Amino acid sequence: MGEITTNHYLVLATVLFFIGTLGVLGRRGALTVLMSIELMLNAVNLVLIAGSRQWGNLDGQMIAFFVIAIAAVEAAVGLAILMAIFRAKESVNLDELSALNE
Amino acid sequence: MTTSLPQIGLADLAPLLPFLVLCGGGLLLVLIDALVRGRPGFPWAPITALLPIGALVAYAARWDHMTGVTKTFGPMYIEDAFGGAVGVLVCIATLLAVGLSGSYLDKVGRSRGEYYALLTFSASGVVLFVSTTELLSLFLGLELLSIPVYVLSGYLRKDPKSLEAGMKYFLLGAFSSAVFLFGGALIYVASGTTNLVAALQKVPGDPLAQLGFIVLLSGFLFKAATVPFHMWTPDVYQGAPTAVTAFMATAVKAAAFGALARVLFAGTSVGQLIPVSDMLWWIAVLTMTVGNLAALTQSNVKRMLAYSSIAHAGYLLIGLVVYSGTGDPDALSGVLYYLLAYTLMNIGAFGVVIAWGEKGREHLEIPDFAGLGWKSPALGLAMLVFMVSLAGIPPTAGFFGKYFIFRNAVQNGYTGLIIIAVLNSAMSVYYYLRVLVALYMQKPVREINLGRPQVVGLVVAVCAVLVFWVGFAPNSFLPGVPAIVDWVQGAEIVGR
Repeated sequence: MGEITTNHYLVLATVLFFIGTLGVLGRRGALTVLMSIELMLNAVNLVLIAGSRQWGNLDGQMIAFFVIAIAAVEAAVGLAILMAIFRAKESVNLDELSALNE
Repeated sequence: MTTSLPQIGLADLAPLLPFLVLCGGGLLLVLIDALVRGRPGFPWAPITALLPIGALVAYAARWDHMTGVTKTFGPMYIEDAFGGAVGVLVCIATLLAVGLSGSYLDKVGRSRGEYYALLTFSASGVVLFVSTTELLSLFLGLELLSIPVYVLSGYLRKDPKSLEAGMKYFLLGAFSSAVFLFGGALIYVASGTTNLVAALQKVPGDPLAQLGFIVLLSGFLFKAATVPFHMWTPDVYQGAPTAVTAFMATAVKAAAFGALARVLFAGTSVGQLIPVSDMLWWIAVLTMTVGNLAALTQSNVKRMLAYSSIAHAGYLLIGLVVYSGTGDPDALSGVLYYLLAYTLMNIGAFGVVIAWGEKGREHLEIPDFAGLGWKSPALGLAMLVFMVSLAGIPPTAGFFGKYFIFRNAVQNGYTGLIIIAVLNSAMSVYYYLRVLVALYMQKPVREINLGRPQVVGLVVAVCAVLVFWVGFAPNSFLPGVPAIVDWVQGAEIVGR
């Protein structure tokens, strides 16, 4: 067994990213979709930090901090919209969102 | 060992002036909102209108600097003629959208400060997004322009359609941001630099960087609403408040195309290795065909305009196909000109829809417009102008926009693409004319009472006049302001 290289991180991040993608495309609960998006963003963070380690500069790590902050902003906005929908419909199932295109 | 940090002074802020006016102004609006909370009849729209006007003044003050390239905060923000041109365009779109919003929010009865603050934040995000090739600034610009629009789409929180639009736009927008970032992160891992252009030039043949670039590109194509990333567009455009839809269709689209053009500059420098131009060729063809075919059967006017905006994204992509294939700067001028024309005619059309809406109830089905051309002649005439321009019939800005892009593409040997585009354009005439048939050739089904003149009427009038003026303006009649054609031709991408 050798040491853990950048490629290992990349493979792990890609797997996480695809799990997130499948969650966004396949799940019907809005909350699960939101969590899947967070998973994708964390996969991105892993890639950025692995890159930082490989190239010995801090650019990637710095961007990762911004990603964390903005992920929180997105979650706040997303949950607010979710709350408003739940108040109106008592459900957050995306399949029940069909007021448009009638 | 200590490393000396670079000093940042006030002079470094000067290139950021338009951004600071919009962003700082937005913060100020939040503050004012907290102070006057709930006071009915507060003049939000006129106060907000000062901000894009202020940003335009800031652009004018920086005009001489934009012939060259100024970078500030290290490489994070590029001030050049192209960024300035898109920024000015977005300020105009924001100003017009604020005008629409005033009347629209009065009609739906929800005029609140946060709406205008969000609109201004989004505009500042666009300015940042089109002025950089650094991954971090691109990401911040993208989020700053997107997140306020998610909220604005779901702004009418008593209306299930608006909420649904907000939710759909948010989920897909956040998804596409993540995809965009993943692409950028892959490019960074492959090259060790966060400047996209420098990164792709550093490792031109690297498969990881190429993969990253393609993933990154799909993030842009989502914002630009092109096939196969267009599915959200009709639902979101239909459900969002009409004034927000007007803003989304113009400013956000201009942002996507502006930033895409700048990043494609990276693609062109390694054009032999990544067949960006060929990929975009197919996407352009699919985008305009799918958009036009779907628009043919729509009866809701906002949905029709949504599909029409997808089709127009296809025409705009032609300019980028040529630009990424040949590097011809005239292709980019065509895109800018088209964006300006599209902004005017689209905001105008949405303005007419808002003006004809009743208090508390909008009329969005095309049959609702029956006979209104005679009942409300001024707005009817304006709608005629916008539909004719959207269809690309001379002598309107919409025609000249298509003419510039198509002519340039033919000169560069993209004849096949242009044949498809012209056929598409002919097809689009059908659904624009359907609105006019309803307006002028059918019996009215409802009474219309416009009441006292509204700001939206002024916006519509300005748009209608400009649709002709932009088409007919070989020379400028205002001293100091370059003629539009010269202006877009001067707006090359020089910063990287």
